[in-house]
Amino acid sequence: MREACDLVVVGAGPGGLAAACRAAEAGLDVLVLDAQPEPGGQVWRGEARKGTNRLARRWLSRFSASGARFRPGARVVAAPEPGVLLVEEGSSSFAVRYGRAVLATGARERFLPFPGWTLPGVLGVSGLQVLVKDGLPMRGKRVVLAGTGPLLLAAAATIHAHGGEVLYIAEQASAASHWSFALQLWRHPAKLLQGALMSATLISVPTSTDAWVIAAEGEDRVESVRLSVRGREEQLQCDYLGAAYGLVPNLEVARLLGCETSAGAVVVNERLETRVPKVHAVGELLGIGGVDQALVTGELAGLVAAEQPIPIEMERTWHRVRAFAARLALHDAPRAELRRLATPDTLLCRCEDVPMSALEGCQNLREARLYARLGMGACQGRTCGTAAQTLFGWSGEDVRPPCLPARIGSLRLPSEVSSTHTRES
Amino acid sequence: MSAFDCVIVGGGIVGAALADVLSADGVSVALVEARSIGAGTTACGMGHLVAMDDNAAELALTSWSVSLWRELADGLPRTVEYDACGTLWLAADDEEMAAVSAKVANYRAAGVRVEVLDSAALYEAEPALAPGLVGALRVVDDAVLYPPLAARTFALRAQARGARLMTGCPVRELRPGSVVLSNGDVLTARHIVLAAGVASPSLCPGLPISPRKGHLLITRRGAPVVHHQLVELGYLKSAHGTDGASVAFNAQPRVTGQLLLGSSRQPGDATREVDAALLERMLKRAAMFLPGLDGLQALRVWTGLRPATPDGLPLLGPHPEKPWLWLACGHEGLGITTATGSARLVADQLLGRTSAIDARPYSPARFLTASSRETAHA
Repeated sequence: MREACDLVVVGAGPGGLAAACRAAEAGLDVLVLDAQPEPGGQVWRGEARKGTNRLARRWLSRFSASGARFRPGARVVAAPEPGVLLVEEGSSSFAVRYGRAVLATGARERFLPFPGWTLPGVLGVSGLQVLVKDGLPMRGKRVVLAGTGPLLLAAAATIHAHGGEVLYIAEQASAASHWSFALQLWRHPAKLLQGALMSATLISVPTSTDAWVIAAEGEDRVESVRLSVRGREEQLQCDYLGAAYGLVPNLEVARLLGCETSAGAVVVNERLETRVPKVHAVGELLGIGGVDQALVTGELAGLVAAEQPIPIEMERTWHRVRAFAARLALHDAPRAELRRLATPDTLLCRCEDVPMSALEGCQNLREARLYARLGMGACQGRTCGTAAQTLFGWSGEDVRPPCLPARIGSLRLPSEVSSTHTRES
Repeated sequence: MSAFDCVIVGGGIVGAALADVLSADGVSVALVEARSIGAGTTACGMGHLVAMDDNAAELALTSWSVSLWRELADGLPRTVEYDACGTLWLAADDEEMAAVSAKVANYRAAGVRVEVLDSAALYEAEPALAPGLVGALRVVDDAVLYPPLAARTFALRAQARGARLMTGCPVRELRPGSVVLSNGDVLTARHIVLAAGVASPSLCPGLPISPRKGHLLITRRGAPVVHHQLVELGYLKSAHGTDGASVAFNAQPRVTGQLLLGSSRQPGDATREVDAALLERMLKRAAMFLPGLDGLQALRVWTGLRPATPDGLPLLGPHPEKPWLWLACGHEGLGITTATGSARLVADQLLGRTSAIDARPYSPARFLTASSRETAHA
């Protein structure tokens, strides 16, 4: 089976939706692929049904009116030649032949190992938030959150709204860094408002900067958490622990296509073109910058793809959100103490059960893969590879197909792919 | 400046095995590797230990090497995943089955245990195979293992006996009696062994070694689909065609519960990218033998470069023009299998000992005569 389009958009979060809307409204034939059943991405998860977030509602209805086609449950697994993607959809697969591509694959949480981090009931910060949005019962549950940046407050607000009791919010950033970051928010009125609203609902929750999880403890699941709070140790009984240290871009598809990356982000020019012709990157791929960055870069890339003029105001907005993203990166950078929490028997790679001690003598990520099987399992190093880069300063390995585990049948080339027929944008 | 009896350039499985053998004989050794031990072609291969009977010299080296591996097996860490699963050479038609009897005679003459399976016995042994195969030749003592850790085990054993391991050390130049590293350091040595696989010609121009690219695919863990290493007898046609790309069915059960799938050959291709069209040919071929293949979960596809010589045999022995330089390279797709035997042959020659097999068929002199060298330099 084959699909053809002028523009393929990988990822239906805010960045992908904005790109798809702008390009489709300008007359391009746009195909949007996303692994989830609904558009919205992680940040607007569930909004397609609930419609409680006004910004999400506006973009989602604009998207449905735009004429762009949406393929839910579609996962890009390989890029066999320039201009072609292989996509797995349930138990079938198809090839997409595209004129241009916008990569809007978003970000995932950065997990750093500490004793007990693999116990049931220990999740990421946003990971826990997603489960709660999807219906994990929270009434009467005690939750501790540890991590960094605005995601902590967003998760706390969701848990609170679903009847959960947030016992503590541990922010790893130093007080100086945190407050200087907060004081910069006046430049970003929308952020300030979000922050204020969330803080108001969470006014009674104990929060500390210079605080992080030392260990999670329990028999069959997490029962208590030991925290380091400004140099003192505190223990809290809880039912859930959300612990993750900021976000990292999902670079796999970009790297599969051969896009250059630098300092953990895709390298683009002012037209958001990557080093691969006709392939654009937007949103978190440019460095973590949140919804505002995703929307403005998505719109820009959509306009560029459709060869439309770029409004000067849009460029200004982009530069403003870049400044915010740069400050966020400084704020969220994991502090050195977080790299020293794991003990020799703490697992680093849970797919292949690789404890820290197995990495003895390994000098780089390739050695850790070859000698200790780090990242050789089903998640392909998405979790442990990122952690190892943070813990040891190792650089990443090349991405090889499939960029997600996929049926062998999904890697088979439909016979039409080798044909020369193309649609030009 | 550091002085050694022997500096081995190249920390793949062959160089590491040689360091192991030499250090056990009390030779002072340095093993110099540009990147990491076992991380080049060694890490890209299937890790099969197979007796191959394409010609007498190949059979002598492979069968001896497989038996050396078997002697080592009990001393290898569990993580090396040595598994004596045996090989089944699959006959797709009566013509291929007829060829099996000649192979039986070859193998038995070399002391290799083999049995012939008729169609019924084949399907009892491997129910997942597609119907229509007429039988198979089972090579009983063939095995598979995980090559990077086998190489690392050899290197660490050598290190424990005093050998110097130098990883992340690219070599700039080989000179009589010394090896110059990229960082300018010089290692002096009585003997220098070049065991750098596909990189060998860059340090010794004129070596008849060229890359022959291959593709592999590994699945996620799950119930084992096959129980032996499976190879189509048609593999031999594929392996020996020197012009154009070819594919053949080759599948292995791994002790991890994964299925490892090959194989392809692209002569002269030194790129690392996955060639989607050739991968498709390889998967199509494999699916003809394993009908359930498309439903298995693929975890990774990768490529590797085999260091191929014109006659398919490695270069083991002194360089005819450079008596200070020894070669242990050009193993194509049999470097894991013959690492043990190659290491013994080179060590025996270095130490002036007699080997268990005749070393002459692998002598570099078969390609590198004085006249050809002069022509090359003219």
